[in-house]
Amino acid sequence: MTASGIGAPVRRKEDQRFVTGQGRYVDDFNRPGQAYAYFLRSPHAHAAIRSIDTSPAMIMPGVVAVFTGDDLAADKIGGLICGWMIHSKDGSPMKAGPHPALAQGKVRYVGDHVAVVIAETLAQAKDAAEAILVDYDVLPAVVDTAQATKAPVQVHDVSPDNTVFNWHLGNKEETQAAFARAKHVTKIDLINNRLVPNPIEPRAAVGEYDFGTDNYTLYTTSQNPHVARLVLSAFIGVAPEHKLRVIAPDVGGGFGSKIFIYAEETVCVWAAKKVRRPVKWTSDRSEAFLSDAHGRDHVTHAEMATDENGRILGLRVHTTANLGAYLSTFSSSVPTYLYAPLLSGQYDIPAIYCEVDGVYTNTAPVDAYRGAGRPEATFVVERLVEKAARELGKDPAEFRRANYITQFPHTTPVIMTYDTGDYAASLDKALEVADYRNFQQRKQESARNGKLRGIGFSSYIEACGIAPSQAVGSLGAGVGLWESAEVRVNPTGSVEVLTGSHSHGQGHETTFAQLVSDRLGISIDQVSIVHGDTDKVQFGMGTYGSRSGAVGMSAIAKAIDKVIAKGKKVAAHVLEASEGDIEFKDGRFGVAGTDRSLAFGEVALQAYIAHKFSGQDLEPGLKEGAFYDPTNFTFPAGVHICEVEIDPDTGVTKIERWTAVDDFGVIINPMIVEGQVHGGIAQGVGQALLEGTVYDQSGQLITASFNDYCMPRAIDLPSFQVGMTVTPCPSNPLGIKGCGEAGAIAAPPAVINAITDALGHEDIAMPATPQAVWRAAQKARTLLAAE
Amino acid sequence: MTTVSLTVNGQPVTADVDPRTLLVQFLRENLRLTGTHVGCDTSQCGACVVHLNGQAVKSCTILAVQAHASVVTTIEGIAGGGELHPMQAAFREHHGLQCGYCTPGMIMSAIDIVNRKGNALDEQTIRAELEGNLCRCTGYHNIVKAVAAGAQAMAQAPLQQAAE
Repeated sequence: MTASGIGAPVRRKEDQRFVTGQGRYVDDFNRPGQAYAYFLRSPHAHAAIRSIDTSPAMIMPGVVAVFTGDDLAADKIGGLICGWMIHSKDGSPMKAGPHPALAQGKVRYVGDHVAVVIAETLAQAKDAAEAILVDYDVLPAVVDTAQATKAPVQVHDVSPDNTVFNWHLGNKEETQAAFARAKHVTKIDLINNRLVPNPIEPRAAVGEYDFGTDNYTLYTTSQNPHVARLVLSAFIGVAPEHKLRVIAPDVGGGFGSKIFIYAEETVCVWAAKKVRRPVKWTSDRSEAFLSDAHGRDHVTHAEMATDENGRILGLRVHTTANLGAYLSTFSSSVPTYLYAPLLSGQYDIPAIYCEVDGVYTNTAPVDAYRGAGRPEATFVVERLVEKAARELGKDPAEFRRANYITQFPHTTPVIMTYDTGDYAASLDKALEVADYRNFQQRKQESARNGKLRGIGFSSYIEACGIAPSQAVGSLGAGVGLWESAEVRVNPTGSVEVLTGSHSHGQGHETTFAQLVSDRLGISIDQVSIVHGDTDKVQFGMGTYGSRSGAVGMSAIAKAIDKVIAKGKKVAAHVLEASEGDIEFKDGRFGVAGTDRSLAFGEVALQAYIAHKFSGQDLEPGLKEGAFYDPTNFTFPAGVHICEVEIDPDTGVTKIERWTAVDDFGVIINPMIVEGQVHGGIAQGVGQALLEGTVYDQSGQLITASFNDYCMPRAIDLPSFQVGMTVTPCPSNPLGIKGCGEAGAIAAPPAVINAITDALGHEDIAMPATPQAVWRAAQKARTLLAAE
Repeated sequence: MTTVSLTVNGQPVTADVDPRTLLVQFLRENLRLTGTHVGCDTSQCGACVVHLNGQAVKSCTILAVQAHASVVTTIEGIAGGGELHPMQAAFREHHGLQCGYCTPGMIMSAIDIVNRKGNALDEQTIRAELEGNLCRCTGYHNIVKAVAAGAQAMAQAPLQQAAE
C-alpha cells in the first residue's frame, strides 16, 4: 500500500474548496439575464381543476410568463416516467397513471404542480403565484397505505382500486409446505415508516437555451446527469439528446432523492426557450418536504417457520407498499426487486414467498431512499429473527449464527446468488467489540438505577453494485446499469478520469484518484476526476445503490488496463524492444531482464509526439475508454449491535453503544468508508427513533418543516464503534462490494430490537419517540405486574 | 430600497437593498459570497451561520438592514494568508464533512463554540452546542472529533484567532 494508493486513509482532495466556502452548488450558479421560477402547488390532496385563470398574475410586477399544463401539452412535452416495468402475478403490466409535469385537469397530492410563474425576482414570482385563480372541485383523499385499496377514492383512472401491481416472488407451494412441517411459527406485523430524505442542499435547477446553436443546458442537483438527459430527451421530449447538456456540479447530498427526474427541472429547461432567458428555480425546504420523493412506507405481515432445532424452514411475507400519487422514476423497482430478493438475509432459508401490493395514495411519490427496499427487507427479516429467537428461548446471536449461510456461492429462493461472505466472522468481531458477554451486568446496573437496558442485533445483507444489465432487463428495467469511464493521459503525464459516477459527498475525487495512483504509479495530485457534465463525460448511469466503487471504479480500472496496454506498445517502439518484453511496474515501462525503462510520463509524451513510431503501426495518443457491466450484484453484509438505555419515566431512549462490523470487500479509503457507515447509521437511527412523516386524513402534510419533522442532531447520536472484516468480492476486478447504504439498512432493526429487548414486549412502532416508548414502558409495567 | 453599509470579511460594502432582503440573500446574491448556504426556511439547519460582530448568527434569520454598521465574517473570511483556519483544517483532517453543504455553517458555529466555551471541549458539550446545525451525511461522529481537534488547534494559533 502506498501513501495514496488503495487502502490508504487519504485526506480528501475536494475538501479544500468545501471548507473554504468555494464549493459550487447549483444555486451558486447565476446565468446572465436569468429569471426566477416559482411553482404554484396544490393545497389539496385530491381535486379536479375546473379552471385556472392566470391573467391576474400576468399583470403583476416583474412577471415574465405564467405557464400551466396546457402550455406543456401544446408543446407536446410528455409526462414524467417510471423506468421499471413491474408485472403483476397475472402477467398484467403495472397500472401507470399519467404524470404531467404541470397538472392537467387534476391534482393528486398536496404540493402537486399546478402552474409556474417566471418573474424578474423570486419575490415577484411568489407574489404573482398568489394571484393565480384556480377553481378546485375538492375530492376525498386516501392517504393510509393499508386502506388504499378499500377507500372510495380513485387516484388514477387506470386503477379503479388504487392498485399499481400485485406482484410476487419466490415459491408459494414450497413455502406452504415448509410452514406445514414447522414446529414453531413466529408472526409479526410491521410498519416501515415513511421518511423524507432531506439532503441539506435542497433541489435546484437552472435551464438555459441558446438560440444561436439550438443547445439547451440544465444545471441540476442530480445524482445521475446522463440519466436525466436521457429521460428528458427520449421520454419527456424537452430537447434532443445531442442538444441537451446536463450539468450536476457540487451536489449537497442526495440519498436517492436526487436520482429522479422531477417536474421542476423539466419545466425550467423547457421554459428557458419559451421566455428566451435562463430560468432558475431553487426549492425551499417546505417545497422539498412536499415534493421530493419520499422513502419507505410499507405495511407488512410476515411469518417465519422454524423446526424443533431452531432452524429456519421458511418465510412468507405480505407487504403493501405506498407509491404515492404518481410513479416516480424508479419507484416500482424499490418495493419489488430491490426488496423481496433480500428477504433471505444472511440465512439459509429453504423456502420464501413474498407478495407485494403497490398502491396509489394522495401523497407525495415514494421512491428510492438510502438503501431502497433493502432496509425494508432487513427490517422484516431481523425483527422476525429476533422475535423468533426470543420465542424459542435462544440467544439472539447464536440463533442467527445457527442459521447463517456458510457455503458460497449460495442461491436463495428469491433469485439472488450470494458470491462470498463470512457472516460468523463479522458476528464474532461485533460481539467482542460490543462486550456482549458483560451485557447482563450492565443491564442489572441500569435496573438498579431505574432504567431499562436492551441490546439489539441486526445481521444485514444488501445487494449493491447495481447491476448486470441483462439481469435487470429481464426483471423490467428500462435501462442498462453499466458504468462508463475514460482515462485521458495528457502529454505531460497528468491524468484526467471522466466518470459517469457522480459524487455528492462520497469523495470520488479522492478515492478514484487513489485507484489511478495505485495502478499507474503517479501521485494523486497528478489526477483529476471529472464528473457531472454530459458535455465532458460521454456516458454514465450515475451514483446510487452503492455502485460507484463496484461498478464505476471497475470501469475506470478497465480503462486503465487499456492505457497500460497501449503504453506498452508505445514503450516498445521507444525502447526498441518487442511489446511482449515490456513490463509495467511501479509507474515505469521497462524491458524485462534489463535496466532500460521509461517513466509513465515519458511514455505519455512519446505517445503524443509520435516521433518513434509510424501512425500506420500505432495510433498516436494515450486515452482509453471502457464500459463495465457487472457480472453479479455485490453483497455487503455485517452485524450491527445497538445497546440502549430507556428511562421509563420519560420514555427517552439513549443509545449507549453502537457496534458496526461490516464486510465491504476491498476498501479503497477506510476513512471515507467509515464516514459512510456513520452517516448511514445516523439515518437509520433517525428512522427508528425520530423521523416520521405524517399526513392527516385529508392529505395535508403535517410534518413539512424541520420544526415538525425530527432530523437527527448531534445530541441524538453516540459515537460509533466501527470495525471491518474483508472477503474480497469475486464479481468485479477490484473486489469492492460497496458501503454507502449499509448503516441505513442495518440500523433500524438493531434499534427496535434493543428497545423491545429493554421493554420485554414487541409492541413498539417506528419512530420510537419518547412518547411512544413511554407508553410502551407503561405497558411493560402492566405486563410485569400481571405476571 | 434601503441603503446598508457594513464590513464583510474586512471589506467595507454599501448597497441598496429591498428592505425584506435577508442577510443571507445579501451575502449570496449581492456580494456573491456563496459559501454561506441555505438549507431550510425555519432557522433550523444552520447552513447559513456567519459571525455578526463576532457572534454566530443564522443569516437567514436577520435582515440585511439589521446588519447595518456591523462587522460580518463568513466562511470565505476566516482563512488567513493562504492558510486554513485551524477549524477548517480540523474538518479536513478528521473527515468532518462529506457533501460539504452544511460545512460552512458547521465551521462558523464551531469557532463560535470555542470562543464561548474554550479550547478544551468534551464530546457532550460539542454535541449539545451543535444543536442548531444539521448534517445529513456524517452522522456527526467525525464533526465532533473535528470540532474537538480544531478547538485545541485554535489554542495553538492565537494569532489567527485574533485576526478573526
